[in-house]
Amino acid sequence: MTKISFPLMGDYHIPANYLLKNVLKKEIISPPPITAKTIEIGSKYSPEFVCTPFKYTLGTMIESIEKGAGTLIQMGGGCRYGYYAELQEKILKDLGYDIKLINLVTKGKTEIKRIYKLLKQIDPKFSKLKALYYGFITIKMVKYMDTIDEYIRENIGFEIEKGSFEYLKEKCLSDFSKVKNYKELKKLYKKYTKQLTEIKIRKPDDCLKIGIIGELYTIMEPFSNYFLEKELAKNKLEIKRFTNVNYLLFEKGKSIKHYLKYVKEYIKYQMGADAADNIARTKYLCEEGYDGIIHIKSAFCTPEIGAMPIINKIANEYEVPVLFFSFDANTSETGVKTRLEAFYDMLEMRKRK
Amino acid sequence: MDKVGIPRSIFYYYYGDIWKNFFDYLKVPYLISPNTNKEIMDLGLKHGGDEMCLALKTYIGHAVYLKDKCGYLLIPRIDNFGLENQTCTNFLSTYDIINNLFDTKILNYNINLNNNETLKKGLTKIGIELGKTKHDINKAYKYAINKHKEKKAREITINKNKLNSKKTKILLVSHPYNTYDDLIGKDIIKYLEKENIEVIFSDKFDEKITNKLSEKLSKELYFKYSKDNIGSIVYAKDKIDGIIFLSAFPCGPDSLVNELVMRKIDIPYINLVLDGSSTFTGIETRLESFIDMLKGGLND
Repeated sequence: MTKISFPLMGDYHIPANYLLKNVLKKEIISPPPITAKTIEIGSKYSPEFVCTPFKYTLGTMIESIEKGAGTLIQMGGGCRYGYYAELQEKILKDLGYDIKLINLVTKGKTEIKRIYKLLKQIDPKFSKLKALYYGFITIKMVKYMDTIDEYIRENIGFEIEKGSFEYLKEKCLSDFSKVKNYKELKKLYKKYTKQLTEIKIRKPDDCLKIGIIGELYTIMEPFSNYFLEKELAKNKLEIKRFTNVNYLLFEKGKSIKHYLKYVKEYIKYQMGADAADNIARTKYLCEEGYDGIIHIKSAFCTPEIGAMPIINKIANEYEVPVLFFSFDANTSETGVKTRLEAFYDMLEMRKRK
Repeated sequence: MDKVGIPRSIFYYYYGDIWKNFFDYLKVPYLISPNTNKEIMDLGLKHGGDEMCLALKTYIGHAVYLKDKCGYLLIPRIDNFGLENQTCTNFLSTYDIINNLFDTKILNYNINLNNNETLKKGLTKIGIELGKTKHDINKAYKYAINKHKEKKAREITINKNKLNSKKTKILLVSHPYNTYDDLIGKDIIKYLEKENIEVIFSDKFDEKITNKLSEKLSKELYFKYSKDNIGSIVYAKDKIDGIIFLSAFPCGPDSLVNELVMRKIDIPYINLVLDGSSTFTGIETRLESFIDMLKGGLND
């Protein structure tokens, strides 16, 4: 009997696990946490100049296989991410692993029929109705998680007792993963939202505000950005981030038209993946009075490389500082910390002036 | 009338002859930038982003070279030829990147067959912007397309005939903007021809055939030009002695597609990735040993 796993991205393994566990009568292997070893293995078997998420996800897959997984699930994307799966499957098979890789989004589209057929192959008893029901709960769970994260990002820098937010979030995620129905999930969400707002903070009205934009995987998987948000949260500042799974699944489609209109003096078209989104966000952050912007991406991310000169131009026009990070497997952690500290110090000095 | 500047890079290698004939017919003056030289490359390195691929940097160099010599620059955007035939994201962003670099007016059209935005509509838009009548534009378009078809058919025949040559045959799998660029592929071709190699080009086959054949090597591929390229391998594989993969560093589609293909084929190959700092001496050494190996293999 084949066991199922999938690459890790932030905390989203919790809803992913929840969905698979309830829909398929198969054992699910939760992907092991990413470590330096993961990226080392991933890099070793990846082509040299592929973008870094390829290496991370390949590394996680190998670790999941070692834990017993036989079927792996990969997502697609609006760039070459959608093509990862075919090569990753070949690399894994060449390494001697007898596995099956399922690609959810391919050729720029999600074909429900194709996915249904694939799921039927894994579990002949797979029921559409059950999938719809648990799919709905999972979507809500993602939305709740993203909303909670948004609140935490805005306030974590100002908590009086360090670690309060993180502690509560861990408890919340652990409870989320065990819900039996939607009612229970909704109740939990209300309970934790209340507890979150009760956490004592000391936040001045004119606090520093930073926006984080960039390539989606690197933004959402903390290991791949060297825990940038955690590092930032040590300082007294508010963090705004736009990209999350809820945005990608349900908002991006609607927002993009509005975004393109909003930045029509800079760009006319979409530029692949989230490049145009990030150009619009840059203008938004500048106009909303944010003190600084951090743009992060993995090395070789083509769409963001195209967006960067335009992001830089907009930020220059509004005189808002931007810090660019391009992460790959060999980025030095100390280097990231030093640059973040210097950026924070500079923003604070500008604010005080 | 102001001249239309045509950067001799990326899009030029797919549409250059169509544009020339279209403008000639409409009596629109144009200026094509020269073959890539050191001056142009340096402009590209200076104005392009550090991490951009060598081809995009080259393109930017050509655009900067032309910007003060013409009234307009012709920069299309190519999104897709259907969802299963998309392009590299640089084909999506080049227009907006250049448009933010300087103020020269740009003639732009978009190809997005998924949204019924065709080449014909694109060129019609350009013609109208240049003050031509629909009637003349239609005739110019037909003229340019017919000429293009003739040229294409001729090139395909020559390329196909090479497959029956008695010489050692190498298929050069590469995007045309790399293959025929003076600072990227030209020296390689010259060297191979000097060594009496028959060079066959991956982009000079009937794309309707190669596009479909690519499925034999990669089922999920959705990059049009990569599909055409690797389809040529399937098409020619029984008649060639070796393959040279040539890429501009760090080409997004090639990084995955070429890796997959190299893992699947059983034809001798080498993989050349040029980043603009590579000297030809280094490449020459690799070509030399590859050819020795191929010719040695033939004598066995």
